[in-house]
Amino acid sequence: MIELADVTKRHGAGTALDGVSLTAAAGEFVALVGPSGSGKTTLLKSINRLAAPDEGIVRVDGRDVRDMPVTELRRGIGYVIQGIGLFPHMTVAENIWIVPRLAGTPATEREGRVAELLDLVALPREFAGRMPSSLSGGQAQRVGVARALAAGPRIMLMDEPFGALDPVTRDELGRSYRALHDSLALTSIMVTHDMAEALLIADRIVVLIDGRVRADLPPAELLSSQDPEVRALVDVPRRQAERLHALAEGR
Amino acid sequence: MNPALAEALGDLPVLMRAHLGVSLAAIGIGVAVGLPLAWWAWERRRVRGALLGAVGLIQTIPALALLALFYPMLLVLGQASGLAIPALGFLPALIALSLYALLPIVRNGVAALAGIDPGVREAAEGIGMTRRQRLLLVELPLGAPVILAGIRTAAVWTIGAATLATTVGQPSMGDLIFSGLQTENWLRVLVGCLGAAVLALAADGVLALVESGLARRSRWRVRLGLGLIAAALLVAFVPWRNAPEQETVVIGAKNFSEQFILASAIEERLRAAGYRTERRDGLGSTVAYRALAAGDIDVYVDYSGTLWANILARTDNPPAAEMRQQLSELLARRDGVAVIGPLGFENAYALAMRRERAAELGISSLDQLARSAPRLRLGADLEFLTRPEWRAVERAYGLRFAEHRSYSPTFMYRAVADGSVDVISAFSSDGRIADLDLVTLADPRAALPSYDALLLAAPRRARDERFLGALRPLVGAIRVDRMRQANLMVDRDVDKRTPAEAARWLLADY
Repeated sequence: MIELADVTKRHGAGTALDGVSLTAAAGEFVALVGPSGSGKTTLLKSINRLAAPDEGIVRVDGRDVRDMPVTELRRGIGYVIQGIGLFPHMTVAENIWIVPRLAGTPATEREGRVAELLDLVALPREFAGRMPSSLSGGQAQRVGVARALAAGPRIMLMDEPFGALDPVTRDELGRSYRALHDSLALTSIMVTHDMAEALLIADRIVVLIDGRVRADLPPAELLSSQDPEVRALVDVPRRQAERLHALAEGR
Repeated sequence: MNPALAEALGDLPVLMRAHLGVSLAAIGIGVAVGLPLAWWAWERRRVRGALLGAVGLIQTIPALALLALFYPMLLVLGQASGLAIPALGFLPALIALSLYALLPIVRNGVAALAGIDPGVREAAEGIGMTRRQRLLLVELPLGAPVILAGIRTAAVWTIGAATLATTVGQPSMGDLIFSGLQTENWLRVLVGCLGAAVLALAADGVLALVESGLARRSRWRVRLGLGLIAAALLVAFVPWRNAPEQETVVIGAKNFSEQFILASAIEERLRAAGYRTERRDGLGSTVAYRALAAGDIDVYVDYSGTLWANILARTDNPPAAEMRQQLSELLARRDGVAVIGPLGFENAYALAMRRERAAELGISSLDQLARSAPRLRLGADLEFLTRPEWRAVERAYGLRFAEHRSYSPTFMYRAVADGSVDVISAFSSDGRIADLDLVTLADPRAALPSYDALLLAAPRRARDERFLGALRPLVGAIRVDRMRQANLMVDRDVDKRTPAEAARWLLADY
């Protein structure tokens, strides 16, 4: 479905991606984890061509993305970013409908499809006429997800989608997105700096450090990795979980 | 109603419409050029700095100078290209005002684009908007308040600056202001200023309505605002009534009372002969002649000495009749301009003193003045001391004054009346010479050239017998004392008349 072969991207003197190879099969949920500046966001953006690699090839459905018209490529991929990126001058419905509108879908389909998408992200249908400024962070991010899903993409790229939310909302949204991923048979790639979130919702976790893939493992295996830098990342949630467990046991 | 007020109000609709037309067109061009320019420059950091610098630089040129610059530029362009480019009137005013409108539009356009949240822009790109879609669906709507604020500023500036378009022959509220200032007709100035202010406030209000409509997503506000703009365009550009089948003659006037009176007199004659007339008042001295030669105006009055020295660049000083004769031949040969004939009076530079002061010092000619000059003070208008006439007099009589002072003409006369200066550079047809009981000093060595008022016609009118016939009765018909009296009627403070009233009085004799 998505394939990166030996992708390198340089930023001035430094290197954001250094020979990264990675594949995501159809239906997979891949989390990209790593410290700030490790190249996670650049990797994600190389898939929908918001970033252009200096070397290597990115393929979607077996086609080199450079051979695809950029707008067509992007409209076929759902994209959710941190800080939401809703258009402040458009209503919820207009935001959700923007991609189908760009693709020339008749406006007659709008109302039904918007209602459907609001149901999908568990928002009341009355929200259709509201402005983004009147929404809470969690509600706005649900609209962001609905907008990304509006054109019926099979791939979702998400950059710290729940990063700015409070822990409760964040957990709830993470789980409900995972449910959507399964029911719509999506292929999702999510950038996050929160290892616990990655461990709990992804099928595979790719750890990027200094622009290189340090580990590419399912959650359970990542937890038992012996790599010291990977351990440093997974130890934080593990120790928290152990302490919580101990608290609950009354020890 | 006060006749001056009635006349100003009568002129108002036509001038307001012309003012609105040139302003709207300039703002429209400013928007049509400025917004794409801002968008284009926004993504090019180096270009952006240079562009903002350039539009800022335009703004530092005084509007009056910017307007004046386009007249010779268009004239040269028209001659070089052989195209009939009108150098006077709407076009130069439009170009200068459009340039003037650019700064706020470009600056706010760039600021609007810079003010858009990068996350929103990234989202727009990430969901697959083309550049064009991003502009139309995201950047323009989000930047609209800042962009509109720029357009509002541009509108107010442009409508204000359009009053200066009068100086290049584009009718505007400036016609009232400049002619009112010149004749000290303050009602006329006030009507012109208020008219321009009302237009500026109305434009600002309409744009504010659109702006608030966009901000509040209120359709009726936006529609009402756009409707009012459309209505203004209709008023400005759709002809009021079917233009009659009469020919329109454009009458020029320089920027002082006598010229306004004479233009009104010409207008009276031509209307009586069935012509439709338009006025281009307040033209700069050299602009007026070039405008006539280029056919932008059809007729105006100029003075033989001015044409001789400034247009033909001659430094000799032949007797009056010979100068007129040569002017007729040289202007016709060089520019095709026709000298219809002298009006019968002279408006020359003459040195003048209060009668009693002159008697006290025993001065009646420039020769006698030269002896007392080292103890006397000379008051001159703002340009006299730099003109060739002054150098000629200075050389011929060896004049050396104790002191020179420059004044605007009104204050120059007051200065000699209250004794601040002893001698002034008066104009021989000025009504204030008689009013203040001044004497003009004789010029026995004929150092000062003659300044016969000549009626001039544009090349295309040179053989138009009906047109020339309508104006010939003015030739030789205006004596200097009548002209002085007419000038005084307009210039004095009490029982002040408008130039049109003075012109009717002047013509009442025949």
